[in-house]
Amino acid sequence: MSFPWARQYEPKNAVTKFLDEKLPLPRLVYNAVGAGYPVPRNLSYFWNFGVLAGFFLVVQIVTGVVLAMHYAANAQVAFATTEHIMRDVNWGWLMRYAHANGASFFFIVVYLHIFRGLFYSSYKAPREMIWLLGVVIFLLMMATAFMGYVLPWGQMSFWGAKVITGLFGAIPLVGEPIQVWLLGGFAPDNAALNRFFSLHFLLPFVIAGVVILHIWALHIPGSSNPTGVEVKSESDTVPFHPYYTAKDGFGLGIALLAYFALVFFLPNALGHPDNYIEANPLSTPAHIVPEWYFWPFYAILRAFTVDFLFVPAKLMGVIAMFASILLWFFLPWLDKSPVRSGHYRPLFRKFFWFGLIPAMIVLFICGGAPAEEPYVMLSQIATAYYFLHFLVILPIISNVEKPEPLPYSITEAVLGSDKKVVKGENTTPAV
Amino acid sequence: MTKLLSVRLVAILVGLGFAVAALWAFVVGAYNAATEEVAPHLPYEDPMDLSWSFDGPFGKWDHAQLQRGLKVYDEVCSACHSLKFVAFRDLEQLGYSEGQVKAYAAAKQVPGIDPNTGEATMRPGLPTDYFPSPYPNAVAAAAANNNAIPPDLSLMTKARGNGTNYVASLLMGYQEPSAELLEEHPEAAPGPGLYHNPYFPNLNLAMAPPITTAGQVTYDDGTEATIEQMSKDVAAFLTWTAEPTMVKRKQTGWPVLIFLLFATILAYMSKKQIWAAVKPKK
Repeated sequence: MSFPWARQYEPKNAVTKFLDEKLPLPRLVYNAVGAGYPVPRNLSYFWNFGVLAGFFLVVQIVTGVVLAMHYAANAQVAFATTEHIMRDVNWGWLMRYAHANGASFFFIVVYLHIFRGLFYSSYKAPREMIWLLGVVIFLLMMATAFMGYVLPWGQMSFWGAKVITGLFGAIPLVGEPIQVWLLGGFAPDNAALNRFFSLHFLLPFVIAGVVILHIWALHIPGSSNPTGVEVKSESDTVPFHPYYTAKDGFGLGIALLAYFALVFFLPNALGHPDNYIEANPLSTPAHIVPEWYFWPFYAILRAFTVDFLFVPAKLMGVIAMFASILLWFFLPWLDKSPVRSGHYRPLFRKFFWFGLIPAMIVLFICGGAPAEEPYVMLSQIATAYYFLHFLVILPIISNVEKPEPLPYSITEAVLGSDKKVVKGENTTPAV
Repeated sequence: MTKLLSVRLVAILVGLGFAVAALWAFVVGAYNAATEEVAPHLPYEDPMDLSWSFDGPFGKWDHAQLQRGLKVYDEVCSACHSLKFVAFRDLEQLGYSEGQVKAYAAAKQVPGIDPNTGEATMRPGLPTDYFPSPYPNAVAAAAANNNAIPPDLSLMTKARGNGTNYVASLLMGYQEPSAELLEEHPEAAPGPGLYHNPYFPNLNLAMAPPITTAGQVTYDDGTEATIEQMSKDVAAFLTWTAEPTMVKRKQTGWPVLIFLLFATILAYMSKKQIWAAVKPKK
C-alpha cells in the first residue's frame, strides 16, 4: 500500500518492541503520519487543510463534551443553561465561544479542503474513494452543525429547526408524516430538542470514524500533488515526518491565530443576534437565516420560486438543494479528463475561476440576504450556472480541452530537471 | 465505455433540467419585478456611533458608569422590564462591597414561600437571588402593557445588531415623525398606543418614552443626569448584563495571541530549516 522506498519502522527499546509485537500502534502512527509515509515533495499550503480539519474536529469534540456537562436539553431550561454556562461556569464562556466559532472554522478549513479537491481534481482515479468518503463527512458535518445550532434554543434555533424539518414536508404524500416523525411532534419542542442533542453528541464520533476510513483510503494511493503527476521515484517524495509535520505545524499556528482572534475579540461576529432571544413559537423573526456556512445551499433552496412542470416550487428547491451536494458523489465519473491539476487545463481553469467561484460567491451572499430582489434573481442565475458547471460543462470540456504539457515528474517540476535526481545528488532528504 | 458515456449523458440532461428550472424562475421573477410594485422599506436609521469605555480590544468597564446605569434600570426600566439572568451577587463586579450587595438585595422583594404556612409570599432578597420580574407572569405583563410584553433586558444588547449603540440611540431617539416622512409614508404615522422612533425598524413601538426629563434620576456621584447621560449609562449597564465576562475575555485574549504568535514564528523557522535540505537552490 505504500511506495517500496518507504522507511520501515524499527522498534528501538524493550517497550516499543513489546508494543510492536502485541499491538503495533506506534508502527501504525509511524506509517500514517510519521517518517514511514512518503509524500510528494511539492505540496503547496493548500494541502494543509486536511490536518486542520482533523484538528478542529478534535476541538469540537473536546469543547462539546465539556459543554454537555453543563447544558440541559429541555425546552424549559435550555436557553437558561446556555446563559448559565456563559455566566457562572468557570471558563464556560470560553468553552461556548470556542465551540461556536470552532464550528465556523471547521467549515472554513473543510471548504478550503474541498476547493483544493475541486481545482486539482483530487477526486479522480485512483482516489475516488477518498473523495466519496469526504462527501459523506461533509454531509454528516452539515447535519451535526444544524442540530447543534438548535441546542441554545434561541429564536434562530427554533425557526431554523422549523424551516429545515419543514423541507421534508415538501415531499408529496408522505412529507407531513415524515416531518412529524422527525420532530416528534407538530412543531419543534422538547422531543425535537432532546433527539437533536442526542444526535449532536453521537454524530461527531461517526464523523471521526469516517475520517479514519478517509485517511485509510488516502494511504493506499498516497497524497495527490499540485502537478497532478503521480509519484514516479523516491526523489519525488519526502517522508511525512519531519517535512509535513513541520509545515502543518506552521499552518496550524496561523489557523489558531485567526481562530482565537475571533474567539476572544469578535465571538459573536459570525452568529445572528436573534439567537440571543429565547425561542418563541408565537413570534417569527423578520428574516430566518441559517449559519453562514449554509448560505450557498440555502440560496439554491430559495432560488426555485415558481412551479416547474408538475413539481411544486418548494419541492423543486428541496430537490435542488440536496442534489447540489449529492452530485459531488458523481464527479469522479463526470470529469474524465486524464489531467488532474487545473494548472494544466486551460479551459477548465477559465470555467473554474470565472464561472464556479463567482457563482459560489453570489450564492453565498444571496443565501445570507433577505428573500428580496435583486438577491433572488441573482441566486437563480448562479444556481443555474452551478448545475451547468458540474453536470454539463465539466463532462463536455474533458472531451474538447487540449491540456498543456505536463512535467515528466514531480522532481522535474520542482528542480527543473530530473537528471540530477537519477544521479542522486543532494536529493535524498536527510532525516 | 457505453456505460460511462450514458452516465455523463444522464448528468448533462439532469444538469440542463435544473438550469432550465432555475432560469424559468428567474424569468418569472424578472417579469414580476418589472410589472409589480414592491412596497418600499420604511426608512429607519442606523444607531448612532457612540464611544464606549469597553470598545475595542483593550476596552475596560467604567464602573462608575455601570453603577449609574444600574440606578437608571432600578428607577426607570425595572418598572416594566425583568433582568432574569442577573443575580444580585453579580453586582459585586460593578465595584460594590459584599455588604452593599446584601443591603441592595434586602431592599428588593422577591417571591418566596412562608415557612410557617407554605403559602406563596414575598420576602427580602438575598445576594443569591436573581432580579425579580415586575410581573407575576407573561399574561399579567401583556395585560398591563396593551398586549406588548416588555422583553427581558439581560441579553438585550447582544440580541440586537450593534446592540449598545442601538439601545442608547433608541432611548434618545423618541420624536414626532417629520412632515416629509408622513407625506412619503403615510403608513408610518404612529397608531394608538404607539410612539415614533426613527431607530426602531418599523418606526413605531409600544414602549412609551421612558427617559423624558433631565434629572429624572438623581446620580449618587453627582454626575449631571441629562437624557443623553442616562441613556448611555443604562446602555453601558445592559452591555455588562449581556456579557459580564466581556472584559475578562479580551484580557485573556492578548496573552493567548502573543503566545501563539511566538509559537507560530518558531514553527515557521523550524519548517524553513527542515526544508532547506530539499528546496531547490535559486
